[in-house]
Amino acid sequence: MEAVFLTFILVLSIFLGFELISKVPATLHTPLMSGANAISGITLAGAFYAAGAGNETLATYLGTGAVTLATINVVGGYLVTDRMLSMFRSKKEGK
Amino acid sequence: MNIDMIANLSYIVSAGLFIYGLKMLGSPATARKGNFLSSLGMLIAIIAGLSNKGILSYEYIIGGMVVGALIGALAARLVAMTSMPEMVALFNGFGGAASLLVGWAALYSGELSTFIVVTILLSVLIGGVTFSGSLIAYGKLSELIDGRPLVFMGQRLFNSLLLIALIGSGVMLCLEPAVDSQWLYIVIGLSLLLGIMAVIPIGGADMPVVISLLNSYSGLAACAAGFAINNIILIVAGSLVGASGIILTQIMCKAMNRSLANVLFSGFGAVKQGKAIEGEVKAISVEDAYYMLEAASNVCFVPGYGMAVAQAQHVVKELGELLEANDCEVSYAIHPVAGRMPGHMNVLLAEADVPYEQLVEMDDINPRIENVDVAIVIGANDVVNPSAREDEGSPIYGMPIINVDKARTVFVLKRSMASGFSGVDNPLFFGENTRMLFGDAKESIAGIISEFSN
Repeated sequence: MEAVFLTFILVLSIFLGFELISKVPATLHTPLMSGANAISGITLAGAFYAAGAGNETLATYLGTGAVTLATINVVGGYLVTDRMLSMFRSKKEGK
Repeated sequence: MNIDMIANLSYIVSAGLFIYGLKMLGSPATARKGNFLSSLGMLIAIIAGLSNKGILSYEYIIGGMVVGALIGALAARLVAMTSMPEMVALFNGFGGAASLLVGWAALYSGELSTFIVVTILLSVLIGGVTFSGSLIAYGKLSELIDGRPLVFMGQRLFNSLLLIALIGSGVMLCLEPAVDSQWLYIVIGLSLLLGIMAVIPIGGADMPVVISLLNSYSGLAACAAGFAINNIILIVAGSLVGASGIILTQIMCKAMNRSLANVLFSGFGAVKQGKAIEGEVKAISVEDAYYMLEAASNVCFVPGYGMAVAQAQHVVKELGELLEANDCEVSYAIHPVAGRMPGHMNVLLAEADVPYEQLVEMDDINPRIENVDVAIVIGANDVVNPSAREDEGSPIYGMPIINVDKARTVFVLKRSMASGFSGVDNPLFFGENTRMLFGDAKESIAGIISEFSN
């Protein structure tokens, strides 16, 4: 039942993603991609469990590696997206 | 209310913020706030994740996060806007690698039902392909390795065998799941190899498709990891990213009039085809170019990857402002696959302070291209190649292009007469109304600007 429930969430999220993204104009495709990329660093939330199990097995090291890489993805992704978006300006806002 | 309950409720909040943030990314006016909301959602998800009662020691977590945050922040601050495609590719690869490691570590978590093992397998596989594929894409984009497609005899056969071996070892792992299973290491090794093999036959001009696709994979890998460790927010966020990558991939493929399979497997551009073009090229001097622009009342810039290479976006914008001050209508027509990633040119022009209202899409400019007095092509080639419309033998036949050849006059800024990235000859250069302005794009435009101030 658990599997069915999770798959249900998966299918709904994919449809929602399609709906959201198809409305984004071409001008914003790069920030969209790097912003979405930052979201894919959500793996971080799952990596804690492995990194913090407290026993010094391979799993701890794997988890720590995952935490590091996913943090790079999250922090770098959001900052770089913000940096790009801060450059997009309208004519009305002036220079 | 126990702590797990609170964590799961927080996940709902962060999912809401991701969704709303992505929605706000749909308009330049709200995009920055949208990105902020999305990062807030991420912060909430991270805090909720940290509250997991299975976590007994925080030393490794904090160490990993500090190191990761430092590297990420530095990279984001230091990267040049022209290097954005390789930066995104690299971050993407890290996300994939993280999913691989989470999947791998999940094998240690005790009970392993077949369903769990299959999802672990998927997160390792997709994560591995994303990681090594993104590294190759990074190498090609940053020109550490040759950007041209690498094809060899029996490549398809090799890749098919690789895929079969991968599926086979995956099945073996599912049959006897164990942390020290040799099949696990084989799956990891083969996934990494598959990622490399998948990207090497793809040429630089097709990179927008590859980056979009890898972006989608990194989401799907996170999604699979979510199944493996039974975490809902990973599934929701991962599939949002997966869907966004797939949509971008579709848009890119459509903009080149090619199927995804064709982009991935054809090694496009490795061989030269199409009919040879004969004719005379008419060169123009900076001074004459100035006189024509000075008299023009409608000018359209068509940038391509060459503008990024020459770092010409700032002088282009300066010229655009001078023209506007001269009562001329100025626009920037951007082909969906211009540059090395979706929206690459838009970001560069935004960096140079061009207001986004002046950035127009291909479908908006083409119907009124006849009214353009001068179309200035800067470092673009294939996306303005009339062969795509006229020459059925051309490898890019059928690709929608910006019809600059129908403008009253076309200036093509080009270093020399070499053909473009895909190695296809361009009859535009020999057109009746085409004038070639040879030399470095940045210098040529700076030359025109100084004529204006005289």
